[in-house]
Amino acid sequence: MDAIAIISIFTLAVFVGFEVVSKVSSTLHTPLMSGANAIHGVILVGAIIVADHSENSLELGLSLAAIVLATINMVGGFVVTDRMLEMFKAKKQGDK
Amino acid sequence: MSSTLYSLIGLAAGVAFILALKGLSHPKTARRGNLIGAFGATVATLSVFFYGAPLKNLWWIVGAIAIGLVIGVPAARKVEMTQMPQLVALFNGVGGGAAALVAIVEYMKLGAEATTAEVIFTVFTVVVGCVSFSGSIITFMKLQELMTTRPVVFPGGRFVIAATLAAVLGVSIWVVVALGTTPLLVLAVLSLLFGVLFVLPVGGADVPIVISLLNAFTGLTVAASGYVLSSTLLIIAGTLVGASGTILTRLMAEAMGRSLFGTLFGAFTAKPQETSGSAEERPVRSGSADDVAILLNYARRVVIVPGFGLAVAQAQHTVRELADLMISKGIDVAYGIHPVAGRMPGHMNVLLAEANVPYDQLAEMDEVNPTFGQTDVAIVIGANDVVNPAAQTTPGCPIYGMPILEVNQASNIIFLKRSMRPGFAGIENELLYDPKTMLLFGDAKASLTKVVSALKAL
Repeated sequence: MDAIAIISIFTLAVFVGFEVVSKVSSTLHTPLMSGANAIHGVILVGAIIVADHSENSLELGLSLAAIVLATINMVGGFVVTDRMLEMFKAKKQGDK
Repeated sequence: MSSTLYSLIGLAAGVAFILALKGLSHPKTARRGNLIGAFGATVATLSVFFYGAPLKNLWWIVGAIAIGLVIGVPAARKVEMTQMPQLVALFNGVGGGAAALVAIVEYMKLGAEATTAEVIFTVFTVVVGCVSFSGSIITFMKLQELMTTRPVVFPGGRFVIAATLAAVLGVSIWVVVALGTTPLLVLAVLSLLFGVLFVLPVGGADVPIVISLLNAFTGLTVAASGYVLSSTLLIIAGTLVGASGTILTRLMAEAMGRSLFGTLFGAFTAKPQETSGSAEERPVRSGSADDVAILLNYARRVVIVPGFGLAVAQAQHTVRELADLMISKGIDVAYGIHPVAGRMPGHMNVLLAEANVPYDQLAEMDEVNPTFGQTDVAIVIGANDVVNPAAQTTPGCPIYGMPILEVNQASNIIFLKRSMRPGFAGIENELLYDPKTMLLFGDAKASLTKVVSALKAL
């Protein structure tokens, strides 16, 4: 991939990342952190790519370990965030 | 699957992640935002299977994912609310570990034709991924109380940390120049060590900030892996998390009145703190549930300040019962919520929401602080650091500068505590010895239940 394209993507993503979370109430800090944490679990995609390219058992072993860890990060992260936010939903119903 | 379609799916997943973060920033859309993120991640993962089909080692890969699911899902579903912060720390750590492992495998495959940029990004991922991994494990252990929650500072500690950092940088250059597996392993070990040393001096209220920071670190490693693996998706997702994580870290630091710089470089500046030894012998005024009930019965305004002890005792329903009872007696009741009461921002809101406490009774710190002067009784339930006046009066103490709930302005203060043990930050609270303070020792739920029945009897 050409370097300028990558730098462009990176720079724009930095600004979008700054922008989307700039005004968040402290109540949502933890779920937001947890959700962002789950998103970086997409390193799973990278782990699958290196596992696919593995040529010996050492490479494969390390890649598979990466897949296990990345899956825990991604799936566990989204599930735990949903559980935190479930509580907020209960509050809304309690209000009415 | 064509590579165009694959790239477009990657782009769609990137957009899903932006929408997810956007959604998570507002209470009404938060849950949907999280689901959009999960959807994007699932689609992105599935697309790799179709794009590369047939994948070499397919069944190994599927098996590894299955193991990850078997470990991750039950852990996330069964965890107690009180233990959620450390689970997030742990998930972040394994993510960093995954990124480091991916980079190590990549490095072994780079070969002679690798560009310097690729090598640098790979080395960056190994270093930061390892720091994030070991640092998160230490935060996990601190929050789980597997080790002391106080800052761990040893003589000459900052020189050891500085030396380790210098060694990490030096070996990084060695790896980039020499291209060998051995220097890379040395680098990984040094980075793991640095992660441990970096987090050890952090204590108390700063721990959530560090989790958020390590989360941003892991995001950046994912972005760097994306560069090496030519995956736009990983670059977008990693950068988004890195950027939003940095802002979030700053917001959290602001909410706690901590300077981000101080938190980040606390490792280099922390000094062993003096401890006062004579504290145990000082007299405190402890009371019974009946004493508390009488105070409450004749109060006009009561502010309840919940803390981690409420979460541990699972007393949120009992505290609501007490509040309802007081309201039925015509007492003005509010909950004073410190932004970092408990072990994570928003912890108390979540806990009280579970007990269906009406939202309008929850008062944020800025709202409730001016009212303590007119408050007859402040009931502090299992909180300590967030009401500790040392944060305002004792420069040099670890929580100095953190905004607190000024319960010391109230006419009477009741502490429900398990023991005289200091709070998470490990600092003595002068307020406990104040003449207008009454202590009710015991488990928060048991104490509250007794107070409720005593109050009913009056």
